[in-house]
Amino acid sequence: MKYTGKAHTVGANIDTDAIIPARFLVTTDEAQLGANCMEGLEAGWVRRVSPGDVLVAGPNFGCGSSREHAPIAIKGAGIPVVVAHSFARIFYRNGFNMGLVLVEIGDAVERIADGHEIEVDTDAGVIRNLTTGEEIVCRPVPPSMQEILDAGGLVDYVRRRLEAEGRV
Amino acid sequence: MPRTLAHKILQAATNEEIREDGQIVRCRVSMVLANDITAPLAIKSFRAMGAASVFDRDRVALVCDHFTPNKDIDSAEQVKVVRDFAERQRITHYYEGGNVGVEHALLPELGIVGPGDVVVGADSHTCTYGGLGAFATGMGSTDIAAAMALGETWFKVPPTIRVNVDGEMGNYVQGKDIMLRLIGEIGVAGALYRALEFGGPAIDALSVEGRMTIANMAIEAGGKVGLFPVDAKTIAYAEAAGRSGCEEMVPDPGAHYERVVDIDVTGMEPQVACPHLPDNVKPVSVVTGVKVHQAVIGSCTNGRIEDMREAAAVLKGRKVARSVRCIVLPATPGIWRQALKEGLIAIFMDAGCVVGPPTCGPCLGGHMGILAGGERAIATTNRNFRGRMGSLESEVYLANPAVAAASAVAGEILHPAKL
Repeated sequence: MKYTGKAHTVGANIDTDAIIPARFLVTTDEAQLGANCMEGLEAGWVRRVSPGDVLVAGPNFGCGSSREHAPIAIKGAGIPVVVAHSFARIFYRNGFNMGLVLVEIGDAVERIADGHEIEVDTDAGVIRNLTTGEEIVCRPVPPSMQEILDAGGLVDYVRRRLEAEGRV
Repeated sequence: MPRTLAHKILQAATNEEIREDGQIVRCRVSMVLANDITAPLAIKSFRAMGAASVFDRDRVALVCDHFTPNKDIDSAEQVKVVRDFAERQRITHYYEGGNVGVEHALLPELGIVGPGDVVVGADSHTCTYGGLGAFATGMGSTDIAAAMALGETWFKVPPTIRVNVDGEMGNYVQGKDIMLRLIGEIGVAGALYRALEFGGPAIDALSVEGRMTIANMAIEAGGKVGLFPVDAKTIAYAEAAGRSGCEEMVPDPGAHYERVVDIDVTGMEPQVACPHLPDNVKPVSVVTGVKVHQAVIGSCTNGRIEDMREAAAVLKGRKVARSVRCIVLPATPGIWRQALKEGLIAIFMDAGCVVGPPTCGPCLGGHMGILAGGERAIATTNRNFRGRMGSLESEVYLANPAVAAASAVAGEILHPAKL
């Protein structure tokens, strides 16, 4: 898949309270959560995002709570992919399970600035910075994650298994 | 092959042979849990998976502890979803109302989790049970839904960071201080994707409750689990909670560690994590004098009976400063009852504390202790992210119960020995 959009950069250790503060956790609705995405970082942050834009983050993105509302809020804000130096562990699993594409690129993340136009090509494993013309090679998606993505996410992966076992 | 604690526990839960770190293995789970925030999403995913029933109604725990007693209509609706699901699935371990406690204090107390277990929970502080020698870790709701349906999940076998804790702890120094110091040293991403394994003379000397406090904050260093050996103390705790057949468990000599961290606690001061990350740690003497408007004593980190006793010992015969709200939340009904029996509740009330029901409320800025802009709290909780307890313009300092109690009395951060 290729994703092209404007980069919105955030810093290091962006936690789940910043992504979606606890006061908004009284719903599981994607649109409602999306409307409050990053509200714990800056009031009204989501207004700068257009559908298809890319979130670009520093190390340990998504640290903190296990709340799946965090990747859902990002998707709900219209962001299909997050490029980060590194992700917190629970967030990493949650992202893939929710169908939010996560790309880990280490220090190379510093070569993307706020407002740059970038193209994330997950098949080729490359990020093209359309503003600077630079190319960044990404780490491949781990095979176990690919298996879940191929099944269309964890929900469908489990559904298939339950069907195979006659437990649906 | 000599094994770490992480390898040992996972190996007992899988049919595959664990050969190396990073390997992905499918493991059976002993217990799957979710709370009133994460269970509604898990139930939604569970239904979407087409699952008819949970894999074992005795091995799913649903604990409504975050926004309860329900703070508003939306949170009441969420709990209703969880309650209805629990009734339909005839879930044995459903907790709400008078029997609910903060999940990570409640489940060990009831013997629902214990040594050698593999536990997954839709709550990041599920790692608390590592204090009992359980491989316990937090996941998201959909992962939990899958585990509820299948009775298993996959793990990437984590590399282990060994933490040796030596020396003797002084007065007013507790498990919390060991963990804050470690997080201060290795950073909030210092154990990212890794297991933390604790041992050494100071750990042997520490209570099981103190070990759970340390394990609780493994996630604050990015860790997958925080594991402790199972010794006679652990077994006594587990047996008192109603579990039988527990065996001692220690890592094999010569097990491979990715990194070893040595800490000597002799002469160590109580530690305080300053805003806005748990790794911004300083000895209490450095932050002495910082004014506070609220103190929170409770949570899955420090809401156990030992913590209540530590706080009460400081508050006894003293008064909370007029400018401070001191909120005490014993973490479970059992702890509440014990605190009442020991006269601790009277001490808290005489000191002018607000004594509330078991709830996660203020820790996550949910309810019962929200901060206004410009307000500052000292809390025995686990996170001090910006805006965690309320306004984005508020601040949270993390400390042990004795330091929080002393600061409530002084109206500013203070070493309890200086009161």
